[in-house]
Amino acid sequence: MSLLRRIGNVLSRSKMDREIDAEVQAHIEMRIEDNLAEGMPLEQARRDALIRFGSPTSTKERVTGMDAALTLESVWADIRFACRQLMRNPGFAVTAIVVLALGMGACVTIFAFVDAALIKPLPYSDPSRLVSVFESNTLGPQFHLSYLDYLDFKRLNHVFSSLDVYEGSNLFLTTPAATEHVLGARVSDGLLRTLGVKPVLGRDFYAGEDLPKAPQTVLLSYETWQSRYGGRKDVLGQTVILNSTAYTVVGVLPAEFHFAPVSAAEFWFTLHSPMSEDRGGHGLVGVARLKDGVAAKTASAEIANIMAQLASQYPDADQGRGSTVLPLPEVIVGNLRPILLVLLCGAALLLLIACVNVASLLVLRSESRRREIAVRGALGASHARLLRQFMTEGLLLVAGSTALGIGGATVAMRLMLRLVPAGMLAGMPFLHGMGMNERVSAFATVVALMACAACTLAPALRLYRAGRGLGMQADLSEGSRGSAGTLWRRLGSNLVLVELTAAVVLLSCAGLLGKSFYRLLHTDLGFAPDHLAVLRVAPSKLKYTTDPSIVVLAQRLVERARSLPGVESAGICSEPPLSDGDGSSNFTVAGRPQVGPPPEVTVRQMDPAFSPTVGTRLLRGRLFRDSDDATHPPVMMINKALARRYFAGEDAIGKHIVFVGSKTQKEIVGVLDDIKEGPLDVATKPVLYEPFQQDPWNWFYLVVRTSNAEQSVLPTLKTAVHDVDPTISTFGEETMSERLHNSQAAYLHRASAWLVGGFAAVALLLGVVGLYGVIAYSVSQRTREIGVRMALGAQRGSVYALVMKEAAWITALGIVAGIVCSIGTAMLMRKLLFGTQPWDAPTLAAVAALLGAFALLASFIPARRAASVNPVDALRSD
Amino acid sequence: MYTKLYRGLRKMAKNDLQGSLDLLVLKTLLQRGELHGYGIVVHIQRASDELLRVEEGSLYPALHRMEQSGWISAAWAQTETGRKAKYYKLTSAGRKQLQEAERNFEHLVKGVRAILRYA
Repeated sequence: MSLLRRIGNVLSRSKMDREIDAEVQAHIEMRIEDNLAEGMPLEQARRDALIRFGSPTSTKERVTGMDAALTLESVWADIRFACRQLMRNPGFAVTAIVVLALGMGACVTIFAFVDAALIKPLPYSDPSRLVSVFESNTLGPQFHLSYLDYLDFKRLNHVFSSLDVYEGSNLFLTTPAATEHVLGARVSDGLLRTLGVKPVLGRDFYAGEDLPKAPQTVLLSYETWQSRYGGRKDVLGQTVILNSTAYTVVGVLPAEFHFAPVSAAEFWFTLHSPMSEDRGGHGLVGVARLKDGVAAKTASAEIANIMAQLASQYPDADQGRGSTVLPLPEVIVGNLRPILLVLLCGAALLLLIACVNVASLLVLRSESRRREIAVRGALGASHARLLRQFMTEGLLLVAGSTALGIGGATVAMRLMLRLVPAGMLAGMPFLHGMGMNERVSAFATVVALMACAACTLAPALRLYRAGRGLGMQADLSEGSRGSAGTLWRRLGSNLVLVELTAAVVLLSCAGLLGKSFYRLLHTDLGFAPDHLAVLRVAPSKLKYTTDPSIVVLAQRLVERARSLPGVESAGICSEPPLSDGDGSSNFTVAGRPQVGPPPEVTVRQMDPAFSPTVGTRLLRGRLFRDSDDATHPPVMMINKALARRYFAGEDAIGKHIVFVGSKTQKEIVGVLDDIKEGPLDVATKPVLYEPFQQDPWNWFYLVVRTSNAEQSVLPTLKTAVHDVDPTISTFGEETMSERLHNSQAAYLHRASAWLVGGFAAVALLLGVVGLYGVIAYSVSQRTREIGVRMALGAQRGSVYALVMKEAAWITALGIVAGIVCSIGTAMLMRKLLFGTQPWDAPTLAAVAALLGAFALLASFIPARRAASVNPVDALRSD
Repeated sequence: MYTKLYRGLRKMAKNDLQGSLDLLVLKTLLQRGELHGYGIVVHIQRASDELLRVEEGSLYPALHRMEQSGWISAAWAQTETGRKAKYYKLTSAGRKQLQEAERNFEHLVKGVRAILRYA
């Protein structure tokens, strides 16, 4: 193929240069010889030869330039021809481009998310050597470390080159204008060094800066520096008032730095406060860098050993606690991996369907152009030349759809990011700056190349068959009928089978995910989430110093809230339902010999009005009463999970609970049905409830039930709190249904259900259109046969049956293969399913019915056309 | 007739130099069989009674283009004096091309002559 040779020429310049040199040299020498023969002296003969030839270099350049020009010219001619061919049938071109662009756009968009979350390395030095260190307890594997445990881990381990701790923190920033709620991170002095991050301005915390006697200093996040300080360099040394304490700004963190576990923390300060310096107070999470050559597993085993040692040394605080060491990237992005991989697979399936669809369209088109191809072949167009033209058409289509797909993907990425709730996006800072970077571009290129292969190979195969001698003559004489028709029908139905199978897989997955999402939202929460609004209230610790003062304040706030228009009832709790399940204590049951370490459970406080307000279900005993206050004996309620786990087969009512480290016996007076705690898709853990009046907390939530739209009450609720005391900080206002729908579990389930659902809808459409194409083509090929049958007395009904039987076969095969594949796929994505089995029969049956119905429709149209064939016309055609 | 002439003229005008050089080279190869570049130059000069002189540096780009277009093929061989040179030979596509070029040239000459004779 001359094009290849020319491209080869352009590429292997040096070989060609040598050849031209040799040729030119031979030319000049032959001239010299002739000149000598004519009797010229040698010197003159040589000069004459050189002058006559002109510049050999310029000749060489012109020869090689000819290659590039010829290549461009013929490629350009091909492109023009292909454009003309495509313009002649714009419907086909637009369909093919849009279909391919959809598949490519979906793939590239999802890949951009995959890249941002899973591929792009975290902005730390050598992030794969970083691990997260947790303590484990009876509640689960990932719980906090205590400060003293941290110090001991740090002192005793041989596996980490450094170990540091952090915790997320709610802060109140005092500015001249107001007091504002901001997020902060409380860290040990070496955390940034462990991560391998250096401030862009100022300095890092120095060793020992996290001790109580060190001055109070703070580092700013880059965004905070920009937005609150206008990026000014003189920010260093300035004072910031956080939680009524003055901090000196010593540095600014880099722009690309983020640390998802503390969300969008604005202010970074050191541990300092002795509050947590007690082995029983757990609030910190460890981050460590593994020493060279130490595997995470080895580290995990060593820390477990140290933990066991501590547990025997300090049984009061550490008995029953274990440890968990996990790679840091796993902790930060691990929960996104399954969903992103499922989405990527879904997008890939969609792309497959799109490619198959366009490839079969192209083959179909080359079928209808067989006469043209045959004529051009007979007129001397070489096989390669024809092939090149078809491939150029395919390439043009792919180029068009690549441009459209990538453009669409760029828009889709922005749109999807905007659809993520702000709070959740703050927890996924790695998604910022997502876009068409070099990895995504490389992926897009690979996708485009694969699409190219699909779109050029299909017509090439077709042409290859035509090239085997018989084809062309047959095509010339018979026009558009013959052996090729059968071949296409077979190939076409195989391609459609692939499409239908993939469509069934996508539909089933979408169905299962949708059902999971529905189940998740309708999971029994243990209360009525409608018409509820919550507001977090943070009275100043300096003003409300005693428990009674907080109880009185809480009482006043509840009464004030109750008096608001549209508010039916109001209550107080330490953490509203659907929280993360943090905040736990160890307990023993009075009078029961403790076997093994005392269990750890979540502990929550609520006032007597809370239960009626949110609508909890009391299973046994009684709810809290107003009289359950500091002057009366301490009481408790437990949830069903706790009753089942720790009071199996006995009545919990009347039993007494003792917290580890305390002597007070608290009587269990009631058992509540489980109120949802922790992620929606995880079963609620055991919870103990205390009356707020007996154990008040400085910060608490005000919960109100409204008679009208709960959203409208939020601003008035805030004002009402400030009416009672303007110094109270409030934040975290939201409705319970927002909490429900914006929870990460709900969001991830919803996003995956919608996205896979969208993919499935497109897949269904493409699959059915593909089926229609095959059946319609088959009918057009068999017009004469059908005419003969009808002339011989076949009824219209039997013609319908003839056509639709073909469609039914393909559809049935597609459904069966698809269902088998989807059960397999669903098994793999079991983690994403909630309350739904991978073989969920109603979903699969619905998918089969849906596809069957659409397939019926797709085959009915050509069948009707076949049945309305006039036998006389059909026999006369040709 | 008019359109044909017009087409011929346009073709010649567009590729005037290139077209006539192609014609000369192809015709030379038809008359002489295999020939190297220098031989083509010498032949054209002699056969035209020294009227036509091919610009030697321009010959090779033209030869290369015609080779790439499949009109001529090339192979290295020994000259009579034992030197290695690249010999060119007409292909069947080249023969067709030559016919076309000759026809175009005839049209051009006829047309120009008609205009010159017009009284």
